[in-house]
Amino acid sequence: MAKNDIKVALIGNPNTGKTSLFNQLTGLTQKVGNYPGVTVDKKKGTCKLSATQNAVITDLPGTYSINPTSIDESIVLKTLLKKDIKESPDVILVVADVENLKRNLLLFSQIKDLEIPTVLAINMVDQMSRKGISIDLTALKEELNTEVVLISARKNKGIRNVKDAIIKCHVAAKASPMCDANYKIDPEYFDKLKAINPNFSLYELWLMVTQKNFPAAISKKEKAQLLSFNKDVSRLKKYQHKETIYRYQEINKVLKKTYIVDKSKATDLRSKFDKVFTHKIFGYLIFFAVLLLIFQSIFDWSSLPMDLIDTTFAELSDFARNNLPGGILSDLIVEGIIPGIGGVIIFIPQIAILFLFVAVLEETGYMSRVVFLMDKIMRRYGMNGKSIIPLISGTACAIPAIMATRTISSWKERLITILVVPFTTCSARLPVYAILISLIIPNTKIFGFYNLQAFTLLMLYALGFVTAILAAYILQKTLKIKSNSFFVVEMPNYKLPSIKNVALDVLEKTKAFVFGAGKIILALSVVLWFLASNGPASFKNAEENVTNNVENRQLSATELQQKIGSAKLENSYIGIMGKTIEPAIKPLGYDWKVGIAIITSFAAREVFVGTLATIYSVEAEDENTTTIKEKMRSEINPETGKQRFNFPAGMSLLVFYAFAMQCMATLAIVKRETKTWKWPLIQLFGMTGLAYVCSLIIYQILS
Amino acid sequence: MNTIASLGIGEIGYISEGALEHIPLKLLEMGCLPGAEVELIQIAPLKDPIYICVNGSHLAIRKETASQIQILKSEF
Ligand SMILES: Nc1nc2c(ncn2[C@@H]2O[C@H](COP(=O)(O)OP(=O)(O)OP(=O)(O)O)[C@@H](O)[C@H]2O)c(=O)[nH]1
Ligand SMILES: [Mg+2]
Repeated sequence: MAKNDIKVALIGNPNTGKTSLFNQLTGLTQKVGNYPGVTVDKKKGTCKLSATQNAVITDLPGTYSINPTSIDESIVLKTLLKKDIKESPDVILVVADVENLKRNLLLFSQIKDLEIPTVLAINMVDQMSRKGISIDLTALKEELNTEVVLISARKNKGIRNVKDAIIKCHVAAKASPMCDANYKIDPEYFDKLKAINPNFSLYELWLMVTQKNFPAAISKKEKAQLLSFNKDVSRLKKYQHKETIYRYQEINKVLKKTYIVDKSKATDLRSKFDKVFTHKIFGYLIFFAVLLLIFQSIFDWSSLPMDLIDTTFAELSDFARNNLPGGILSDLIVEGIIPGIGGVIIFIPQIAILFLFVAVLEETGYMSRVVFLMDKIMRRYGMNGKSIIPLISGTACAIPAIMATRTISSWKERLITILVVPFTTCSARLPVYAILISLIIPNTKIFGFYNLQAFTLLMLYALGFVTAILAAYILQKTLKIKSNSFFVVEMPNYKLPSIKNVALDVLEKTKAFVFGAGKIILALSVVLWFLASNGPASFKNAEENVTNNVENRQLSATELQQKIGSAKLENSYIGIMGKTIEPAIKPLGYDWKVGIAIITSFAAREVFVGTLATIYSVEAEDENTTTIKEKMRSEINPETGKQRFNFPAGMSLLVFYAFAMQCMATLAIVKRETKTWKWPLIQLFGMTGLAYVCSLIIYQILS
Repeated sequence: MNTIASLGIGEIGYISEGALEHIPLKLLEMGCLPGAEVELIQIAPLKDPIYICVNGSHLAIRKETASQIQILKSEF
């Protein structure tokens, strides 16, 4: 960051389009969605304001005021209170929603009173005519004594004006309070407060008192003085209430002169939709129908591209085998890297379809309706209606889902949500489920129309959700934490999803999946391949032992080749490792190769298929390359002579992956958000233990 | 005594002036001001929470909170 760059912070109510504007200004692609609480952390980007002037823009979580009640909101308070002087913004860009300008101006008035240079951007002006709104911009600028710009972040309108206004505001550097609400309430009391340190604005001092949050520039003595104001809690509360009322009175005065709504011109689709979507019967029916549709599509739309990818990789292996010069390196590529990468790429269609549906739901405003429908149920199990958002977005990945719990104000409810989110079926489990389902569940229709495989997948997602709820119930009964549960959620307007936002979201998440898993599997497949094609003395003698064995004399050449391949693999380093752990997993129905895949899955679940693909390619010494699915289907359990992935073993594996905590990245995030290793460790052992026991029971019953 | 919780779907009330101290600060900031018109839009299937419109804000709040906020059923 250059020295004379202007530091700009984007502040505003939730869901007003701060991130949309941030993306327009900086060219980044941060997540945008139509529900409050999409952004839960700071994010910086740079923007060229003019030929000579750059700015560093910070996108912040949305908040209704600077009196925070949850972690995401307190990030805004900390930014404003100049905790760190280098970070403190030069200009605040308040983003307001044109439709609810009155409420948005409350936060604006508080920020003005902090006496920081402020620009007001009124967003979503494309909606004005539909809502019958008209604004007298010149008068509004005058009344608020502020640079005001009308913009549409989604339509990329007015962005130039925002940049100009920032420069103008920065140059003028004037910062007058809007209403100095406090003085009007009790002048004597607030004069005393102001006397403590006149370098700060009165409202800053007042925030330090009410929020018990102090900048570095406050001395010990001053801090004690400020805290003495905090003794009379009921008075504080009364003054906060009065302050809010006073601010609204001032805002009403301003808006009366400048902001007109003609109700007769307004069209109100919201209430019509809400009658259906939050209806006591249709509400749940629609929710369930949406879920059914998603899972049907995951199977139906993806089968063609997946088969295409699978055969392409098989052919690629063939091609590489025939065209590369023989030797270790080409073995590594043909047997290690190509099948490993193929095991990740093949799932792109299914994952992208899932992400597509979630992104569309998030953009329409439907998510908040689900929050509304589910609050009562979630509360019964120790969570909050807002917990449903992490539980749904956890279908992509648990990490952003755990971050999303920051909007829950009660610590107990938030902690419980964090702890159970990893039960939600994340996209890393989808590949494992999909391949196992296609191996053990017939592709037939139930109820005449619904694909049985899709139904099984739906049931697995339901299993994850139900387990999350039950675990939450147990945690609610056992955790001895006191905290108040409070629930207010704003219901956003319904919107047609922006194709660009949806496309970007799907692209970003799919990229993260492919590169995240791709990097791991690339490294792993090298290691796996090495460990599988090398070994101690017994490995080197494997071929000789098999050929010299009398029993093997009658075998055909190919059968003999297969025997040699298996014997070599069993005596390789990885075979020895696998054999060591085999006794522990045998009762669950797995052999040592599956065991190795389970172990590598602790780095990331999605490498399960890639790992098996690599192991099986090393074993198959013949020149015929088959697809991953074929390799798994033809794997035989030598003890029973039947398929390795038969119904009992497949079910047991499905349940194991549904419950086990196999994701290091999630554990690290839980540690960061809860600030102790206690909770991630409880997750690791609790979930994996549960997985072991349940898979054991399932396999023993079914086989 | 009438509170927001006692409204039926589609009914309108006005938050009474005496309710100020019982309104949580957060709700006040979101526009639940004394004197404001409150419309009950929908009640969730399990009877809780409720969905209201006040001062242009569309909010879902719990019955428990709503029953603390007194209202008058018609404007005086
Ligand atoms: N019609 C219209 N919609 C917009 C405009 N700007 C943003 N939106 C939509 O408003 C919704 C919220 O946008 P975001 O940028 O995520 O809002 P935010 O303020 O960052 O929200 P939080 O991070 O949750 O506080 C999205 O659905 C956007 O597509 C606009 O100018 N016009
Ligand atoms: Mg945002």
